[in-house]
Amino acid sequence: MGMFILRRTGVMILTALCLTFVVFFLTNLFPNLEKLAKTQGNARMSDAEVVSWLDRNGYGGPLVVRYGEWLGVVPGWTRTNDDTGAVTGRCIDFGMDAEDAPTRCGLLQGDLGFSTVSDDEVGNIIGGRLILTGKLMFWAFALMVPAALLVGVLAGMREGSRLDRSLSTFSIASTATPEYVSGVIFIVVFASTTAGISGTLTEWGWLGSEGWLGDRRTLFLGSARSAMEDGITFWNFFLPVFTIALYGMGYIARMTRASMAEVMTAQYIRTARLKGVSFRNIVLKHALRNALIAPFTVIMLQFPWLLTGVVIVETLFNYNGFGWTMVQAASNNDIELLLACSIVAVFVVLVTQLISDIGYVFLNPRIRIA
Amino acid sequence: MEQLTWTGSFGAFLNPLLLAALVIFLLGFVANTILALAGLRAGDMEVNADGTLVFKRTPVDYALMTMKYAVLLFLACCVVFVLGGIFQPDIQAKGILGAMAARLVPVWIALIVIFAVSVTFKRKLGLYGKLFDSPIGMAGFGLVMFWIFAAVFSGLIATHGALDVISGLRNDLPGTPLPNPAEGQYPYYLLGGDNLGRDVFSRVVFGAADVLQIAPVATLFAFMVGITLGLPAGYFSGSAFEMRSPGFYITCALAGLAAVIGAISGGLSVGLWTLVAAAVAIGLFLTVKLDTILTFIANLALAFPVILLFFLLVTPEIVAAGVPQYMSMVLFLFPIIFLVVLFNSRFHTQPMTRNILVAAAAIVGFTAYFSLISNRSDADAPIRFWPEALDFFDIPGNLLIVFVAVVFVNSPTVFRIVRGIVLDVKTRDYVAAAQTRGEGPWYIMLWEILPNARGPLIVDFCLRIGYTTILLGTLGFFGLGVSPESPDWGSTINEGRRLLTVYPHPALPPALALMSLVLGLNLLADGLREESLRD
Repeated sequence: MGMFILRRTGVMILTALCLTFVVFFLTNLFPNLEKLAKTQGNARMSDAEVVSWLDRNGYGGPLVVRYGEWLGVVPGWTRTNDDTGAVTGRCIDFGMDAEDAPTRCGLLQGDLGFSTVSDDEVGNIIGGRLILTGKLMFWAFALMVPAALLVGVLAGMREGSRLDRSLSTFSIASTATPEYVSGVIFIVVFASTTAGISGTLTEWGWLGSEGWLGDRRTLFLGSARSAMEDGITFWNFFLPVFTIALYGMGYIARMTRASMAEVMTAQYIRTARLKGVSFRNIVLKHALRNALIAPFTVIMLQFPWLLTGVVIVETLFNYNGFGWTMVQAASNNDIELLLACSIVAVFVVLVTQLISDIGYVFLNPRIRIA
Repeated sequence: MEQLTWTGSFGAFLNPLLLAALVIFLLGFVANTILALAGLRAGDMEVNADGTLVFKRTPVDYALMTMKYAVLLFLACCVVFVLGGIFQPDIQAKGILGAMAARLVPVWIALIVIFAVSVTFKRKLGLYGKLFDSPIGMAGFGLVMFWIFAAVFSGLIATHGALDVISGLRNDLPGTPLPNPAEGQYPYYLLGGDNLGRDVFSRVVFGAADVLQIAPVATLFAFMVGITLGLPAGYFSGSAFEMRSPGFYITCALAGLAAVIGAISGGLSVGLWTLVAAAVAIGLFLTVKLDTILTFIANLALAFPVILLFFLLVTPEIVAAGVPQYMSMVLFLFPIIFLVVLFNSRFHTQPMTRNILVAAAAIVGFTAYFSLISNRSDADAPIRFWPEALDFFDIPGNLLIVFVAVVFVNSPTVFRIVRGIVLDVKTRDYVAAAQTRGEGPWYIMLWEILPNARGPLIVDFCLRIGYTTILLGTLGFFGLGVSPESPDWGSTINEGRRLLTVYPHPALPPALALMSLVLGLNLLADGLREESLRD
C-alpha cells in the first residue's frame, strides 16, 4: 500500500511538472510577452525596444531557465543597470537591498510572483479568491452529493420501475443542461422583475414593497456580488449554488444508479430476500454500503468538472472568486496570475485523482495491492 | 400592424385546455406520490381459482391514468397549434407559436417522412431500426433530427438574415412588427430583437447550422485520433517498438530530420538539444511499454482543466504564434494514418486493389491536409510551403483553433474508452483464431476488434457530439467563439446575458435550443445503449 501511494505520488509530481511547463510555455510565447512589454512599457515600442525591455525585466534567456526560476530551483535573474548601477532582479522587491534578497524565489519558496495588472503579490490575490470559491464549492457539494446519491439509490433499487425511468430521465436532462443554460433559465425564471415566476408574483403584488420577502422584488437574486461583501444568505447564494450542483448531479446519480442496480442483482441480496429481510433493510443495510464505492470515485473526479462550472457560474453571477480571477487574468494577459491559477487548477485535479485512487483501494475490500 | 400574441386565435380556448392539462398532470403526480408513500402499489394480474386472470385497478392506477391522459391532452393541444399555424391564412390568427410552426413546415415534412419510412422498415434496418422500439430513443432521435433539418433548411426557415440589423427593434419583445417592412420582407420579429436589433428567431436557426457543422465533424476527428492511438495501446503488450524494426528506423529518421531542421532554423545548439531529446524519447520507446507512454500522455491531457486549456489556446496571441497550425499538423495526421492502415491491412492479399485504395486515400488525404495547414496567401501563417495552385481551401485561424481545441479535449477520453474495450475484446476466441490464421496485428485491430467494439463506440459518439456542443457553447459564452457576430448559440447566450433580468427574450431561445439538442443526443444515446444491450 505504501509503495502504491508513493508511486502514485511520483507520477502525480511528474504530471504536475509537465503540465505547468506546458502552461508556462503557452503563457510565455513571444506574442504574449510582446503584448506585455507594450502594455507595461510603451504601446509604440519598436521590435528592438521590446526585446531589450523583455531582457531587462527577466523575460529574456532560454525558456527552460525561466521555468526553473519560476519553480525556484534556479537562482532568480539579476540585472545591473549600466547607467545608474542599480541592481534589479526577480527576488529583489521594491526598496530591498540587493544583498538581502534571497537567491531563489519561486513556487518552492512560496513566491508566486507579482500580478502586473492588479499591482499586488499574486499570493495575496489568489488566497482571498480561493476562500470565496471554496464557499461556493462547499455549498454546491453539500447540495449536489446527497441529492445525487438519493436520486441514484432510489432509481437503482428497482431497476426498470416507473420511479427508475422518471428519475433516469431527470438525470439525463440535468446532464444535458450546461451551467450557462440552466443559469440563464434560472435567472429569467426566479430573478427577473419582468419575467418568470418573480415577475408574475410582482404583478400580483405578492412580491415587492409589501410582499412576502420584505422589500425584495425577486424570489432570488440574480447576482452573487452581495454574497461576497454582506455574507451568504439563501436569497443571494441559492441560484449559483443550484446551477453548479444541477449539472454535476445527473452524472453522479447515473453512476450511483448503475452501481446500485448491479449490487441489487448480487447473490447475497437474493439470499437476504429469501431469508425474509424487509426490502427497506436490504437497501439500507446490505446494498447501500457496497453501492456507494463506485460513486465515491466519481464524486472525487467531479472536482475538475466543477472547476469549469465554477468559472462559468462566477462569470454569470458576478462572483469574484477563483474562476472569475482566471478569466480576468487570461483576458488581461496577466502572466504570473494566470500561472498561479493554473497551478491551483492542476493541483486540485491531480490531488482529487490521487484521493479517488487511494480511496477506492481502501473502500473496496476486493482490491489488494501488495 | 399590431403586436402578435403568443397563441393567436386558437389561444382563447386552447390556453385554458393547456393550463388544465398541466394542473391535472400535477394533481395526478401529487396523488401518485402520496399514494406511493402511503404504501399502495399499482395493480397486478391475479390468477383466479378457475384459471382466469383478473387485473385489479388500485387508486395508483387511476392516478397514473390521469397523468397519461393529461400528457396526451397537452400534446394534442400542441399539434393543434402547429396545424393551426400552418393552415390559418392570417398571421394575426396564427400567433407567434403558429407562425413559427408555419416557418418550420419543411422540418415537419422531413420529420414525418423519415419517421414513416423508418417505422415501416424498422425490422430491416438493424440497430437503427431497433431504435424505434424504444420511446426514449425515438424522442431523442426526433429532437436531434428536428435540429438537423432546421440546420439543413435554415435558409428557408429563417425570416431575416443572421446579421440584418433593424435599429428600431433593439431588445423589442417577441411578435413585434417591423416599423416599415419592405416588399417581400417578413413583417414580424417572431422572437423579438436582440441588443443590436437582429432577429432572434433567425439567429437561433442559423446558429443550429453553425453548431451542427462543427460539432459532429470535430467529434469524428476526435474519434479518429482516439481510435488510431487506442487500438495499439490496448493491443500491443510489449514495448513501443523493437530494436531494428521498421518503426524504429522511421522514428530515427524523423528525429534526425527534426534535428537538421532545428539546426538550420535555430542554430547548432537547438539541433543538438533536439537530438538529445529524440535520443531520450527513442530510448523510452525501446524500454517502456507503448501503453504506458500513451496512457501517460492521455492522462496529462485529461488532467488539464478544460476551461484553462481553452483560455490558453483560444487567445489572439496564441493564434498569432501559430500554435493552432502546429496542433492541427499533428491532429489531422491521424485520419490519414487511420485510412491508409485500414485499407492496407484489409487488402494486403490483393496488391492491386490495395495499391489503388492506399494511393487514393494518401493523395486525397495529404492534399486536404496540406491545403488545411498551409496557407500561402497569408504572410503571417507559420506553414506556407504548399503551392497556391494545390491549396483548395483555407480555414480561418479562429475557426481552426476552436476546432482543434475541441478535438484535443475530446480525443484522450475516446483513447481511454477504445483502449479499455480492446483490452477486453482481445481475449476473445475470434481474436485468437485470427492470430492463429497468421493475420497481421493491424488487420486484427481494425477488422476483428473494431467492428466488435462498435456498440459502445456509437453510443459514446452520440453522447460526445452533445458534449462537444456544450464545449462549443462554453467557448462562445466566454466570447472565444468562431467570431463575435457569429449566430452560434454560445455567443448569442453570451450577448443576451448582459441585460438578462430586464430583457430575457434574446438569451432564452438559444439556451433552450442548445439544451434540447443535447438532451436529444443524450436520449438517443440512451435508447441506442438499451437496444444494443438487448441483443
